[in-house]
Amino acid sequence: MAEPFETLTSLPMPLLRDNVDTDQIIPSREMKSTGKTGLAEGLFAGWRYLAAGGRDPDPAFVMNDPRYAESAIILSGRNFGCGSSREHAVWALAEAGFRVIVAESFAPIFAGNCVRNGIVPVALQADAIASLAEGGTPVTVDLPRLQVLSDDGRAWRFSIDDESAAMLREGLDAIDLTLKHADDISAWQTCDRSARPWVYLGENV
Amino acid sequence: MSTAPRTLFEKIWADHVVAQLAQGSALLAIDRIFLHERTGAAALNSLAQAGRVVADPARVFAVTDHIVDTRPGRDDRTLMPGGQAFITETRAAAHAAGIRLFDVNDPEQGIVHVISPELGIVLPGLTLIAPDSHTCTQGAFGALAWGIGSSEAEHAMATGTLRLKKPGVQRATFSGIPAGCVTPKDMILALIARHGAGGGKGCVVEFAGEAVDAMNMEGRMTLCNMATEFAAMSGIIAPDEKAFAWLEGRRYAPSGAGWDAALQSWLQLRSDPGATFDREYAIDAGELAPMVSWGTSPEHSIPITGKVPEDANARVLEYIGLEAGQRIAGVPINAAFIGSCTNGRLSDLRLAAKALRGRRVASGVKAICVPGSMQVKREAEAEGLHRVFLNAGFEWRESGCSMCFFAGGEGFAPGERVISSTNRNFEGRQGPGVRTHIASPATVAVSALAGRITDPREVM
Repeated sequence: MAEPFETLTSLPMPLLRDNVDTDQIIPSREMKSTGKTGLAEGLFAGWRYLAAGGRDPDPAFVMNDPRYAESAIILSGRNFGCGSSREHAVWALAEAGFRVIVAESFAPIFAGNCVRNGIVPVALQADAIASLAEGGTPVTVDLPRLQVLSDDGRAWRFSIDDESAAMLREGLDAIDLTLKHADDISAWQTCDRSARPWVYLGENV
Repeated sequence: MSTAPRTLFEKIWADHVVAQLAQGSALLAIDRIFLHERTGAAALNSLAQAGRVVADPARVFAVTDHIVDTRPGRDDRTLMPGGQAFITETRAAAHAAGIRLFDVNDPEQGIVHVISPELGIVLPGLTLIAPDSHTCTQGAFGALAWGIGSSEAEHAMATGTLRLKKPGVQRATFSGIPAGCVTPKDMILALIARHGAGGGKGCVVEFAGEAVDAMNMEGRMTLCNMATEFAAMSGIIAPDEKAFAWLEGRRYAPSGAGWDAALQSWLQLRSDPGATFDREYAIDAGELAPMVSWGTSPEHSIPITGKVPEDANARVLEYIGLEAGQRIAGVPINAAFIGSCTNGRLSDLRLAAKALRGRRVASGVKAICVPGSMQVKREAEAEGLHRVFLNAGFEWRESGCSMCFFAGGEGFAPGERVISSTNRNFEGRQGPGVRTHIASPATVAVSALAGRITDPREVM
């Protein structure tokens, strides 16, 4: 269950590349434990450190620029989060303090994982993202108003489905929410069991 | 009674809506869940720690495929540092939850998306999810099958449902019949190259057309497999006689009167004439050449007769070690890999073996073949294909995901150039600094022989 999200203001970290895949967000070799924590060090490991497996920062990578040490927003390009479905990518981002990704578009599995972990996926046009990056000033993300605001007062609208917005704003546990439908689920399955008996393996195998 | 024409996707969606949620979202029933050892323990342990149980363990399966060793004589030990814990903890959690596990040395072990169809776990019209992006592979059988994260896997196990925003629907129609050496892998790479790795926009993409109708089930799985590289939620193909024949008699498929009833239902699973799609793509498969990637995204793919684009991104070129305008054919390679959920099935191995028979891989080229499942391996060996691979200088492995991705254990060396029948040419995908070129098994095999990226039409 994630911390509820309303508005957030932060200097955004520009990572203006297309197709930032989840292998870059956290390489498989950095997924060292069977749990969900201890992943922040592996975030962007292939770009962030000078050597694979090492921890000496590569000064050329934006995340090692001290200006962005407290950034909670990432700006990026097309198709952010493509590739492997590993939720570790989102767990690593959240553990490192990121709450918003602003990108031209998102891979669908990644966007779903973000919402389940309190990270807001904000899709904006390339020119808006370029403006936010060029400003070099703090950006505000207002989820209730579905707006991104720059320091000089410019605003861009974004859209997110109602279900995801509600989950993010209220920090809800999706399983608890769904279990309120337990009667609906049970009734649906009773009906479905006679319509599609082959689906229910317990009885047929 | 007249109803508006519906797409195949819309029919499956409507059949699974348990309740409507917020605007545009629904609680959708999930029929099958497949876990693997890379994330299975995390999901099952998290569920148990929250005091929740798996609602219907008979419809949940697990397999060791992602980091299990693929060298002969394997056990729980794996070259990935700490990897053994992923296997033993997933095993313990699966047993505790009462889930059927296809374990390390189970004769039915294999890559999740290869064994699920082999066992008839996926069926037309089902919803099937797995915490693996290539779950879309199984859409080849007319199922709605897609990859999810660990949280969604927990949600589905606890409730038998997922909360989902209804996705859009696209259709890619492949007309014509591909020429020799042009495979389903080349067709899907052509689609991604033309319309971008983000082109699918979270939609379900239905694959249709003469070339898809003519394709065998394994080829259709290859086509659907890379829907995720197109940023689609999934790929799907209307099930036909080939799909039904493929599934009949499989272990978890219905039988007898149950089969007949299921078949009646499955015959409805096709898009109605006049059904509309949010976007349509048309590709003449007869015009395509074998494809190969030049860069670090599947959208960086070109016909094998082509050149690296003049406007290629400089950072990508630096990583991949090629120059703008350079011809892709003839680029020397260090290694060749045949396997994966994309191209590790029997027809893929037969195609590669056709090129390899009686020949040897070029000196200095490391060549590895990893069958997609132990059943594929047994069937290949029954045909003598293992001798073709071994005689050509390929390693012949036990099944698993193997070197499709690098988990910290076995991999290729930094700077090495690999031609691979896998699905991702991302930076570091097959090891830090490794340069991956994705292509069909035919192109991989002939390139291994020549020691350089080679057009299979020159050899086969």
